[in-house]
Amino acid sequence: MLSEFLQFLFSGVTVGATYALAALGFTLIYNASHVINFAQGEFIMLGGMLTVAGVSAGLPLPVAIALAIAAAAVVGMLVVRFAIQPAKGADVVSLIIITIGVSLVVRGLTQISLGKGTHSFPAFSGSEPLHVLGATLLPQSLWVLGVTAAVVALLGWFFSRTLTGKAILATAYNRLAAQLVGISTNKVLFLSFALSAALGALGGVLVTPITMTSADVGIMLGLKGFVAAVLGGLGNGLGAVVGGLLVGVAEAMAAGYISSAYKDAVPFVMILFLLFFLPRGLFGARVTERV
Amino acid sequence: MSKNLTLSVQGLSAHYGRIQALSGVDLVIPEGELVALVGANGAGKSTLLRTLSGVQPASAGAILFDGVDITRLPPHERVKRGICQSPEGRQVFGPLSIEDNLRLGAYTHGRQGVEEDLGRMFDLFPVLQEKRRLPAGTLSGGQQQMLAMARALMGRPRLLLLDEPSMGLAPLLVEEIFRVIVRLKETGMTILLVEQNAHAALSIADDGYVIEAGRIILSGPGRELLENEAVQKAYLGV
Ligand SMILES: Nc1ncnc2c1ncn2[C@@H]1O[C@H](COP(=O)(O)OP(=O)(O)OP(=O)(O)O)[C@@H](O)[C@H]1O
Ligand SMILES: [Mg+2]
Repeated sequence: MLSEFLQFLFSGVTVGATYALAALGFTLIYNASHVINFAQGEFIMLGGMLTVAGVSAGLPLPVAIALAIAAAAVVGMLVVRFAIQPAKGADVVSLIIITIGVSLVVRGLTQISLGKGTHSFPAFSGSEPLHVLGATLLPQSLWVLGVTAAVVALLGWFFSRTLTGKAILATAYNRLAAQLVGISTNKVLFLSFALSAALGALGGVLVTPITMTSADVGIMLGLKGFVAAVLGGLGNGLGAVVGGLLVGVAEAMAAGYISSAYKDAVPFVMILFLLFFLPRGLFGARVTERV
Repeated sequence: MSKNLTLSVQGLSAHYGRIQALSGVDLVIPEGELVALVGANGAGKSTLLRTLSGVQPASAGAILFDGVDITRLPPHERVKRGICQSPEGRQVFGPLSIEDNLRLGAYTHGRQGVEEDLGRMFDLFPVLQEKRRLPAGTLSGGQQQMLAMARALMGRPRLLLLDEPSMGLAPLLVEEIFRVIVRLKETGMTILLVEQNAHAALSIADDGYVIEAGRIILSGPGRELLENEAVQKAYLGV
């Protein structure tokens, strides 16, 4: 009983950590621009797929990972330059539709250049499972959780201790005042897309040895990250992390105790309940923008 | 006038969609002077300041700052050159601490000299020092106004734009705010002061402008405007 529960919990927090990173990406971009970036899932996909491409081109794994994350960040900035900025002045809904278009383009280009197959690369520290109270835990899960925790701590430091981090927050709190103190809101937009893309890609890299990846994993991962962000009160960083873990755990429990057929339905049932009972999310204090 | 012109605005117009909010505004601010801009609700005062700061595009005309055309520069470039604004309604970063608000005021300056500037702000507004760690949103209206002014000053303005700094404040606080403005003027700062409190503003100003429906309808030395009959009738309630 307990071992079964633990088993589901482990797998839940592991994918949940990936959703958390994606949700942080949604949160960052939402705060900087009030745009819900539905291309966020493609950054997760790019992290995994580009690492696969790097490894098969003969690069050492750490180098391939670093390049994949950097490339995703560059793609994030290209999205701003060629999709978001040309639509300057468009309303938020149009911008959101643009991001959906972007995700189709990124996915299509990836399929054309890297194929439609399913890929993986070796886990970072082998795949000999650890045994905890009768449940098994993959070393890669520890990597996922450890790196996610470190990234969350790093982001916390960035936003509370550095002037650049505070400038991003200031832009989220009051765009006009941010412009009047000399913050380039354009720069903030680029920075938040690059950072979100890197966060998403990192999640994709970490989880690929466990779940495998392919050019079309972005849709589901992105949507679940979105649910996690909304659950956390859209715009709240800590909420995004908790939301991600909750979605992951709920999904794993449903798959384990009910049927894995329901796994993907769980986040969407959660969001329906949320919209009915807690329209501002678990941690949302502010009114969320109409979407 | 032999002084250098810090700001020279020529034929400036601005629109909100199809609504014209400024029509051919001409205005000059000589270096080191305090210029007051007065006018009724909706006359276009804030729009003029927004256009000077670059957060509202100009649809016609030119803005020269130190003789350089800045009409098309983005807002942050103007802040870098020294155009700092304390906006209408304070617009503090509510969840951030008072100290963070002030440091963000110096955003374009990196670290250089920021600690000294912080000290100066705390001398000017001691209440901000007491509360420096608190979120700005917890301050009273008057304190937020002080913070908004101090934040603008942290940008080391070569031209300080103040939009209705006395709005909604108790008389005692209004006095304090005006005392600070006079002190800043005495240090040689160039200031454009927008006020509905026309009497107080014109009394301390070198020059004044009266704006109505987006046009400058009168201008002259502050004291002369105070004695102008039309101004007295319309804005001074005499
Ligand atoms: N965002 C906006 N969209 C459309 N019209 C606007 C906007 N802001 C201001 N206006 C209009 O532009 C005109 C000038 O407004 P502005 O805010 O500049 O006046 P003001 O002189 O600052 O008034 P107040 O003393 O009330 O602050 C007004 O008619 C106002 O209704
Ligand atoms: Mg106004």
